[in-house]
Amino acid sequence: MKHDSTRPEAVRPAIPATAGDAPSVPLAISGLTVSYGDMPAVNDVSVAFRSGAMTAIIGPNGAGKSTLLKSALGIVTPLSGQVTCWGRPLARQRHRIAYVPQRAAIDWEFPARALDVVLMGMYRELGLLRRVRASHLARAMSCLARVGMEDFADRQIGRLSGGQQQRVFLARALAQGADLYMLDEPFAGVDAATERAIIAVLKEIVAEGGTVIAVHHDLATVPGYFDRVFLMNVHAIAEGPVATAFSRENLDLAYGGRLAQDPVGAAGARDAY
Amino acid sequence: MLTDALLLQLGYNATLVTLGAALLGAAAGVTGVFLVLGKRALVSDAVSHATLPGIGLAFIAMVMAGGDGRALPGLLLGAAAAAGLGLLCVSWLTRRTRLGEDAAIGAVLSVFFGAGVVLLTVIQTMSAGRQAGLETFLLGSTAGMLRSDALVIALAGALVLALVLALRRPMTLAAFDPDFAVARGLNVRRIDLAAMGLAMAITVIGLKIVGLILIVALLIIPPVAARFWSDRVDHVLALSGLLGGISGYGGAALSATAPGLPTGPLIVLLSFALFALSLLAAPRRGVLATLLRRRRAVAPGAGR
Repeated sequence: MKHDSTRPEAVRPAIPATAGDAPSVPLAISGLTVSYGDMPAVNDVSVAFRSGAMTAIIGPNGAGKSTLLKSALGIVTPLSGQVTCWGRPLARQRHRIAYVPQRAAIDWEFPARALDVVLMGMYRELGLLRRVRASHLARAMSCLARVGMEDFADRQIGRLSGGQQQRVFLARALAQGADLYMLDEPFAGVDAATERAIIAVLKEIVAEGGTVIAVHHDLATVPGYFDRVFLMNVHAIAEGPVATAFSRENLDLAYGGRLAQDPVGAAGARDAY
Repeated sequence: MLTDALLLQLGYNATLVTLGAALLGAAAGVTGVFLVLGKRALVSDAVSHATLPGIGLAFIAMVMAGGDGRALPGLLLGAAAAAGLGLLCVSWLTRRTRLGEDAAIGAVLSVFFGAGVVLLTVIQTMSAGRQAGLETFLLGSTAGMLRSDALVIALAGALVLALVLALRRPMTLAAFDPDFAVARGLNVRRIDLAAMGLAMAITVIGLKIVGLILIVALLIIPPVAARFWSDRVDHVLALSGLLGGISGYGGAALSATAPGLPTGPLIVLLSFALFALSLLAAPRRGVLATLLRRRRAVAPGAGR
């Protein structure tokens, strides 16, 4: 890999490893390495995500952002490393974590309506055999309403637009009643109205004390949407408040100086602080 | 005669067989929903063809042990073991080699089936094998079926039906969005295994009535037909079970009206008739509804 051999200083731990064990840290990753075949997708990444904040994971294509999220959730098995949630192993905290995957892998012909997808978020309460009661339906409808999709509850998911589908998946996460929301590119391929709706809901979640971690692509919107950033490119580069960590220097480290324009200056982040 | 058969007036045995076929059809219908949703329908075809050598070996083993080679429980046990081996082969080939799943299915299906046909030929030359009638497992036959056989099939069908209904939520979640299911703490690999295991059970239970060549049709056609009528998994499940049950019931009754009418093909043809009806007449997704919609979309300008 080219990116780090020329810049050894890029490989510094984003956060001291000891910070991760605290019960106040919703997601702490230490020494995480994942590889597909011979290529490491994530290499020795340690990072602790702050509670009650909205953090963007940014980095170029192939930087391992989605893989980091998936291995933190146990969807991809890492070669090594540890993941703790609120100071305890992931397996015991899963119910407090809601995951919104990328839409790409879904079979849109699946016989499910928007409402059915949201009800899937209540799997833990419904279990194998419990009946879906009016109270469950009412809560599912209120989750759909929060993302502005209550009028589409009966629509088969394949007959929704990309943005509407994404909102339904966010509603499914809301139905879970989680404390930590992990989203994989929630704004990929969605319309402007959906982007506004989603960001509004995410800000509500944080205002209510929840934590949001999202893989994000659009650097220009980082200062407006997020409190903190985690920059990575296979290795961890930096984690911190947008005002300090979202710097030209860190972006050059992550993107290898390939950014044509300066997103930091363009978004006016420097002037804002 | 046909009305007698449909109204279960052909005697206790025929009634039991018809009810057994109905339960088998219903169980196959609901199990098949998750095979189709998980895009695993063809794996069950490999599994069903893989049962044949197991049947042959079980027969030989039972004869050599001095027993009756035709005892159904023994034959089904052999079939299940061979089916499991076939399933293992498919998943091993898919995961450990560069072979795609379709190629692995083709290879396993033909090799196991070929071995089974050779074994059946060998059995034909055995003195105990001439009246074995093992070839009825290819296309299914209810003629001369024992009362106890029909009872075993009905009970096993009911059990599979109950298990699929109990596991429908995790299986839906795993088929729809496996990553989300894992993130929720579900063991998706174990759920997939359960779905395949239930399909294997249907294959084995259905050997006697539908036969190993056509059982895959009973797993695939009812779910695909049911999908035309609804966008909800629960409704598709119920309807698929109903269509499968009607096919099993009607096919078995029909084959009881005349000697020599093959049960399996009749059941499959009946389920195909129900599929064709769904394809044509289903509201919104059906062919007629689509044509009408297109007509109406063109009509306002063309009408004047």
